[in-house]
Formats: sequence, structure tokens, C-alpha cells
Amino acid sequence: MSTKIAAPRLNRRNFLKASAALGGGLIVSLGSVPTATLAATEFAPNAFIRIDRRGLVTLVMPQVEMGQGIYTAQAMLIAEELDVSLEEVRIEHAPVNEALYGHPMLGRQMTGGSTSIRAFWTPLRTAGATARTLLMQAAAKEWNVDVASCRTEQGFVVNPDGRTRRAYGELVDIAASLPIPPAESIALKQPSEFTLLGTSAKRLDTRGKTNGSLKYGIDASPPGTKIAAIAISPVLGGKPKSVNEPAALAIKGVRQVVITDDSVAVVADHTGAAKKGLEAAAIEWEDGPNGSMSQADILQQLEEQSQSAGGVARSEGDVSAALQSAAIRIDAVYQLPFLSHTAMEPMNCTVHIGENGCELWVGTQNLSSAKQATATVTGLPPENIIINNHIVGGGFGRRLEADGIAHAVKVAMQVKGPVKVIWSREEDIQHGYYRPYYYDRISGGIDTDGNPIAWSHRVAGSSIFARIAPAAMQNGVDPDGVEGAAHPPYKLPAIHVEFKQVEPQGVLTSWWRGVGPSHNIFVVESFIDELAAAAKSDPVEYRKRLLAENPRALAVLELAAEKAGWGEALPQGRGRGVAVQLAFGTYLAMVADVSVAEDGTVRVTRIVTAVDCGMTVNPDTIAAQMEGGALYGLTAALYGAITFKDGRVEQSNFDNYLPLRIEEAPHVETHIVRSAEAPGGIGEASTTAVFPAVTNAIFAATGKRVRTLPINPEELKAQ
Amino acid sequence: MAFKLQINGQPHSIDADGDTPLLWVIRDVLGMTGTKFGCGQALCGACTVHVDGVATRSCVTPIDSLSESQITTIEALETLAHGKALQDAWIELDVPQCGYCQSGQLMSAAALLSDIEQPTDEDIDSAMSGNVCRCGTYQRIRAAIKLASA
Repeated sequence: MSTKIAAPRLNRRNFLKASAALGGGLIVSLGSVPTATLAATEFAPNAFIRIDRRGLVTLVMPQVEMGQGIYTAQAMLIAEELDVSLEEVRIEHAPVNEALYGHPMLGRQMTGGSTSIRAFWTPLRTAGATARTLLMQAAAKEWNVDVASCRTEQGFVVNPDGRTRRAYGELVDIAASLPIPPAESIALKQPSEFTLLGTSAKRLDTRGKTNGSLKYGIDASPPGTKIAAIAISPVLGGKPKSVNEPAALAIKGVRQVVITDDSVAVVADHTGAAKKGLEAAAIEWEDGPNGSMSQADILQQLEEQSQSAGGVARSEGDVSAALQSAAIRIDAVYQLPFLSHTAMEPMNCTVHIGENGCELWVGTQNLSSAKQATATVTGLPPENIIINNHIVGGGFGRRLEADGIAHAVKVAMQVKGPVKVIWSREEDIQHGYYRPYYYDRISGGIDTDGNPIAWSHRVAGSSIFARIAPAAMQNGVDPDGVEGAAHPPYKLPAIHVEFKQVEPQGVLTSWWRGVGPSHNIFVVESFIDELAAAAKSDPVEYRKRLLAENPRALAVLELAAEKAGWGEALPQGRGRGVAVQLAFGTYLAMVADVSVAEDGTVRVTRIVTAVDCGMTVNPDTIAAQMEGGALYGLTAALYGAITFKDGRVEQSNFDNYLPLRIEEAPHVETHIVRSAEAPGGIGEASTTAVFPAVTNAIFAATGKRVRTLPINPEELKAQ
Repeated sequence: MAFKLQINGQPHSIDADGDTPLLWVIRDVLGMTGTKFGCGQALCGACTVHVDGVATRSCVTPIDSLSESQITTIEALETLAHGKALQDAWIELDVPQCGYCQSGQLMSAAALLSDIEQPTDEDIDSAMSGNVCRCGTYQRIRAAIKLASA
């Protein structure tokens, strides 16, 4: 197949040159763009599609591909309406340009929060339909027929006579000269007319991932590139105290030692020499004020500060009175650890600072921040910064932060020529922006019939929004901090939810796969299970009772329970657990089967998901995300914990920050509910559901409630 | 001194310290970037190549141990006995997500199939356990190995 992932374009000037070199072409844009701009071979705002005279269709991807299949899915949105074969399109990374490629929901040019399909469902289809309309108008003009009597067929406009046809490439000059119809006049296909959307089309980026040809950021190597191994202060806020530069420079292949405010980099001909030089440099650090911080300090601070009230996210009914009058009341503390992302591609960035500008080669989820960080470090005007984005070797939220880019640019400021800064796995794990540690206090009460009559939940932990977008904080509540907690899908007559911001000293926190729901769904779905147990009710039956007014949630629950064989008797030591959620605009129910050995070892043997994410783009991608998302969360549930001692992260590599391996991986089954609802997100949904599905299954198997993650086998040992 | 290496049938003379891991020679010196860096400690398998047909972690294999060896990287997977079948199966089942670990996965799978033509689940677990995939593509890897061996 001819599908190709093109190298990212270098800059606007080259973009123009390249377009001109193709000898004209059609550029389709959204919104009102002056026709004159489009008629010329010029870049036009919001350009997602280019068609050249040869008929080559280039689709420019506004969202970054990091494994979630978005290049295929977004190409499908365009190709469906443009009426071209997916196998004949060429995919290109969007350059940095918020005006053109800014995220309709998030504003900036970034990829995250399982929003790519939700945000671009209409804009990209409109882009495709607009191009198709113009091509049909061009053909109608040439044939002097009514455009309404023309139709298209896989890259051709077909004449009303049914025999004559024009390839899109033959029509681009006329089409480019036509006025762009307003977006509201463009008719999009009805779902019943879809021929591509809703099908399991093959991914466009697979071949290059099976023969080594696909280039990630870490593979970029502009001519003359040197490699830098970097050591960042092991304590946040520390700085280099002494560096043995002569020893580093004595290593064969080492060219330079670079010292910045908080790091030391050794620049060499290849990574082997750079790493050896870094070791020889025998760096000593000045730790600064965070050097004595430990995990116990963080937990003590959370334990204390979570006792006082936070900002109120939601309050309905008289929760205090209801708790007083409850037949059974449960008070619980749930704790979730700091988590690293450990994407397979370690942090890296290649930078070339020339006389007038700066060029970057990197894979990033956040082009806006990447550019901003580079401008801040270099002092260069943003227009002098070029960023070549790449397919990302795993994002999981880590590459929404630009710290890796800032560190690389600081090094590059002192290096002549391009330099690729590569973090070791140890640097990657020990210098993360971690998923916050959460310390939640939750209370609930049921009446004599077992119905929940009171629900009080106080989330305590670091606020990501307070750092990156303080304006989003409302009344002290971080909206992400309570996502999944403030509006459980269940009927709860009295509910009170608070957010208490508690910032740990010496720790950076940020997004992780599943963002807010990655923590809240665990707490909510565990606690509803606690209430079900207190009510001596079956976990599925209990939830069904509380979801009577929530048909989409009820439907996925019933489907998952049926497919999983809920209710079957299981042997000793085995258990089945369930979780239901509405998160990222998607309803998901998950049933996990576990076995717990005598020594407390937990093995997850099977996961069944039922998902209603509205209209589907690519069912196989949904299945892939259910599979991968569940395993990502399961890894964290079983093993994930970043801890601190003397201001330093205690974990360092895959031997003590464990990844799930193939022999531990359960089979994940996916069942998709047919739906005409608006699309929801799927990249993170099963990550958030798997924590409670598994721990609820452990409760079913052992009678032991896991309230602190990761799961501790010591606490699950047979008596 | 210069070290002689045979990579994908081509001779190379490498001027680097003898303790330099093969991974960096392949990637940085020779510019063959299909082999990936993941952990530097033989813990994740992203850097897997074949040394005389054996799946080997190139991140901990010094070049001074390889002068007599035939090295094969992902770029030459297609030339191996089961290489094409594995690539086709990977494409058929859309195995990769981010794809970063998949060069190593495929090289390990090729070594497995050259040892055992019809591997069981246990054979697959045993041969593939050293290859980490953070996107969680394991069930498709398992299915694709079986498809390629069918």
C-alpha cells in the first residue's frame, strides 16, 4: 500500500517551497479564508488536506500519534467525507501553529485527555466534505452540468452520464480557484451513509513499525548531530557542586562537558561514549532545601491536611444528617501512589541552535508548550523556533510537559551544531512529573434496605490545574482532581464532594493516562462495592438498582456481566469484580477475574469490557485501546509506586519499577455497544476502570478490601 | 583500535572503545535506528538483535566480544526464515500501538520460531518475557506469533 508517514516539514518557508514544487494544488481549509489565498499555491489557515496535480492526497494530522491510532482515525474522518481510499493517502505531522491546528476543546495544540475524536469529529469531516464539494463544483464547471447531478467515487468525480470521470488531481487548479463554501452550507454524510467510519480499517502506521523504518524523535539525526547523556540533579532544586571535566573529556569520543543550572551533560560522538563520560565526571550535587524530604513526610502532610475541609465541588442533600441516620455507616481512607509513566521511548530531544533560530526534533504531545519552553530558555521570538514533531514512542501524559525539551535546549545553548539529548531510563524514572499521590477520605451510609443515603468524599492531593491553569480552579476545586468523583453514575440522594489541595515538597506532578478518573474511579467504584457488601447485595445487582435512571451505564453493565458469565460459582481463591464508569464521554463496564494464591500473589486471568463510546470510528482501535489501557492500569495496580527518600526517587529502572510482562497479561475481551450518540474518548477509559475491577475481584476472592494501591500481596496472604 | 563487525551481511570497521555497547554503534555510529534504546540494562528487550541467530540485548553487549559474529538487526528481519511471516502477521493483526518496542518483539519472536516452529503459549511466554510493551499489545503479539507459525 502506498500510505506513507512523511517526515515532518521543516518550516513554513519549506512548506511553501514544497507546495510550489508540486506545481499547484488544492488546499482546503475550514472557516472563511480569502479565496485569493487558496487560489495561489500558498499555505492557508486550518489546512488539513492537500491534493496535488498528480492526485496525491496529503492529510495533515493535528493530533500526535503515540500509539492510540489517531493518525488512522483522523485520516478516516477526512477520507470518509472526501471520498478517497485510505490506502492512497499520505499522512503528515502538523507543524506548530495553534491558529491552524489548535485543539477545539483544549485550545492549545496538544493531544491528551482522550479528546481527539470528540474534538475533531466534526471539523475534520467538514474539511473532507468541503474539499469534495469543491472538486465536484470544479468538474461540474468543466462539464457545464449541474453539480447536484455529479457524484464522487474513491478519488474521482463522476459525470451524470455515468461514464466520464475526472481524477481529483485533474481538478485541483479549477477547484482551487473556486470560493470556499461556508462550513454551515456543507452537508456531512448521515451515519447510515458511512462506508469507512465504523469499519476496522488497518492502521496506517504499522508497516514502518515492523521493519525499523519509522522514525521516532529519538531517531532524528540532522547532519553533524552529537549525542549528549544528561544527569539532572537527583533532588528537585539541587545543582551540580563538582564535576570532573578532565576525566570525562579523557574518554574516547567525548567532545564537551556542559553544565547547566541543574544538570550536567556530556556531549560525544555516540551515546556509549557520552554515558561513559558522564560516569567519569563523578558529579557531586548540592541538594538544596529538598534533600531531606522523605515519603513519610509526604504521607504525614496528606494525613493531616486531609482532615480539614477543602473546596466544595458538589453538595446536594443533607449528608451529615443522612450519615447520622444511616443503618450502616462506613468511613474509609483510600490512598493512591505517585506514578511514573515509563513510556518505552525515554525522554529525548534534538536541538540545533543557529545564529537566528532554533530547530527541534522531538516527539511531543504538546507543541504549544514545547515552543513556549524553547522561547523562554533561548529568548528567541517564537517565529524563529521550528519544531519537527514525530510519532511518539508512548506518551501517557508525560509528553504533555516540556521539561525534557527545556533541559535539552539549555544544553544546546552551549553546543555548536545539533545535539541530541537522551535521558537514561534511570533519569526518565527519577525525573518524572508524577501522577499525584492522592489521600481520599470517603464516608457513606445505607438505609435498612441497603440503599445508599449518604456519600461524602474528600479528595486530597496535588493540583495539576493550580500549576498549569490557575484560572480553571474554582473555589479551590481542581476540576480534574474531582473528575469521576463529583458525578458518580449512581442515584445518590445526598452527596458532598470536596477537593483539598495538598502540595508535596520537592515533587513535580502532572497528567497520567486516565488523568483525574485514574484515581477517582478507583475510589468511587471500590466504595460502591463496599456499600454493596454492607448491604449484603451482589455487586452487579446493587449497581443495577442504582443505575435505573442511567440507561447507557446500565446497558454496558448488563452486557459486561453477561459476557463475563457473572454469577457463576468460582473455585476457592478466585474472584470476579466489576466496575462501571462514565469518563471521557464514554460509558464502560469492566469485569475482571482474578486468582489470589496462598502467598497473596494476584493474577488477573481475564478482563471483559463493554463499551458505549457513541458512534465508532474504528472498532479494532477501540478494542486495542481497551486491551492496552487495561494492561497499563493493571501494571500500576499491581506494581506502580514512586517513593522518595532523602529527596530522591527510590526506583530507577524496570527491575524495581516493574512493567507487566507477557506471561502476566490477561486476555482482554471487548464488546462494543452500537450507538448513535456523539463519540466519546477511548484512550484512557479502560485504564481507569481496571483498578477497581481488579481490587473488587480480590475482595470477592478473599474478603479483603484493597484501599491502598499498589496491591500488597503481604496483606492478601491466606491466614 | 578499530573493531570489525558483520551487521546484516555487511562488514563494518568501528573506531570506538571495545566496551561500547553494540546498540550505540548500530544506532549512533551506523545510523540504523530501527533497533531501540529502552533501559540500558537488558531489562526491556527493545534493543534485541540476533547475534549468530540468538536473540541478544545489544544495550549490554560490548563490541569487542563480536568480531567473529554475524549480527542481524530489524532492518534485515525480512531476510530471516520467519521474518516476513512475522511482519505480515503483525500487520494483519495490527499488533503495534506506539510501536517503539516492536523491533525487539519481532526479533525475539523470530528467534523463537527458528528454535520452535509451532510454539505453545508457554513457549511464547518464555521467549517473549524479556520484551516489555508498555502499550499492552501482548495478546496480539501472542496471536501474531501463532498466526506466523501456522
